[in-house]
Amino acid sequence: MSELQDLYQEVILDHNKSPRNYHAMKDADFSIEGFNPLCGDHYTVYVKMDNDVIADVSFDGAGCAISKSSASVMTQIIKGKTKSEMERLFSEFHRLVKGLFPRGEAAERLGKLAVFSGVSEFPARVKCASLPWHTLKAAVEMKKETVTTE
Amino acid sequence: MEGYRDLKQSDELVIPGTVDSSDIIAGCRHHFPLLHQQINGKALVYLDNAATSQKPQVVIDAMMQYYIAENSNIHRGIHYLSERATLAYEKVRQKVVKFVNAADTKEIIFVRGTTEAINLVSSSFGRKNVSAGDEILVSAMEHHSNIVPWQMLCEERGSLLRVIPMNDQGELILEEYEKLLTPKTRIVAISHVSNALGTINPVKQMTAMAHRHGIPVLIDGAQAAPHLRIDVRDIDCDFYAFSSHKMFGPTGVGVLYGKQQLLESMPPYQGGGDMIKSVTFEKTIYNDLPHKFEAGTPNIGGGIGLGAAIDYLGRIDRDAALEYEHEILTYASEQLQRIPGARVVGTAKEKAPVLSFVIEGIHPHDIGTILDHEGIAIRTGHHCAQPVMLRFGIPATARASFAFYNTKDEVDLLIKGLQKVVEVLG
Repeated sequence: MSELQDLYQEVILDHNKSPRNYHAMKDADFSIEGFNPLCGDHYTVYVKMDNDVIADVSFDGAGCAISKSSASVMTQIIKGKTKSEMERLFSEFHRLVKGLFPRGEAAERLGKLAVFSGVSEFPARVKCASLPWHTLKAAVEMKKETVTTE
Repeated sequence: MEGYRDLKQSDELVIPGTVDSSDIIAGCRHHFPLLHQQINGKALVYLDNAATSQKPQVVIDAMMQYYIAENSNIHRGIHYLSERATLAYEKVRQKVVKFVNAADTKEIIFVRGTTEAINLVSSSFGRKNVSAGDEILVSAMEHHSNIVPWQMLCEERGSLLRVIPMNDQGELILEEYEKLLTPKTRIVAISHVSNALGTINPVKQMTAMAHRHGIPVLIDGAQAAPHLRIDVRDIDCDFYAFSSHKMFGPTGVGVLYGKQQLLESMPPYQGGGDMIKSVTFEKTIYNDLPHKFEAGTPNIGGGIGLGAAIDYLGRIDRDAALEYEHEILTYASEQLQRIPGARVVGTAKEKAPVLSFVIEGIHPHDIGTILDHEGIAIRTGHHCAQPVMLRFGIPATARASFAFYNTKDEVDLLIKGLQKVVEVLG
């Protein structure tokens, strides 16, 4: 049971039930769809840029508790960050969910994102957690095609 | 582990004709070694049979025996082992003839699985018979493997894919089907049993309807083979495809049945060894049926395993097994109502033991993870049938699919697991 509790932490359950920044953004500079063809998770991430800074970010769509809460926490963390800060956070987040991050340092270096550390015990769910980030990265990079986890 | 070996190839498998459901379990469950293990510290509850079934020890033994004592290439060697392997492999073809009640071994083509069987027909039959403006008719509940090969053909030929709609229960609407059968229709391709919904389609009736317009019919029998008796001559279908691994045999082998006359008229699917009579750089003469469609060394060991699976099914009272599976499905469907917010997707009158469901506010993926933690294996997702999900307006379902070796106790564990899902995520 403890592994399950690590995965479905209170913060994650809360963001799943009441996702933050969960709406379409009409005046977004870029929006892009991301989906996981294996399980049907499907989100659109919207960004508004101020030069190099992600001035605003939101998302909508549907998927599992892990992907939805990941998208929700991501939008909170990323607002106001620069592109390169976003890329650093994504790479650290990716290491976290793959279990490559030193356990003790997660909370200190990743703040709220550390709640996703339990994902590393569930390899099948790593793609759920990282899908919103892949999508955000593509949106910021102004990619045209849809993002998939495959 | 000795217990699994108590059924030898030569033994009679005794399961009474008049069945108390517990006899099925007592007779069969211990023939499947994989079922007797723990996952995450809990006894495995395997409810993902529609994805692939488990294999009885007799199938595993038959394949092991082949590789230990008989392995050799077929249809070419003059030596003892090659002849023995050829005989064993061709004997499986005869078993398949009986299994589906075909007329002749010429009508039985070994392939990698249902997907390859359908690709063979779309490629060979399709290229010969489908041109620009023609129509191909599939149903709204097809697996991607009975959609995409036809889409590819349509794209190549400039033809059109039409879709037989279904109702909210997950049953095909036959009045609409009738309207879609036109002089432009070149083939109808439908599943016998839906993998995502469990619906058993009236394939005999639907074949007769198509035949009245002179249109041939392909049936995807992947989900039917483990549950129903297949009689291709009674259905009168023109093609019937199924996979060994869903009917207690190994992966990597499957069967395409085709009416001889049709198969004769079709060009080869792939070129290579075994499908030829003679080759020069000027001209190749193709082999006779069924070898014309079997280029290259086939999955011989897998074929031997399929033969053992057919033998195994032949020693089970399959009517009783089906009745028992139906009992399990009914019990599971009833028990599911105890879960708040749970809803069955696919409520056709005629159903195979497939229980697709959703729980309000909880994504199937999360259901799958929590059940897995309890040692319960189910499938979650779109089940390679995204159009079905779209039809029901859901992104995915959770699916428990049963075999005759499953028990009511396992259904109870599933329900208990779902109660936990609701506790954690509800």
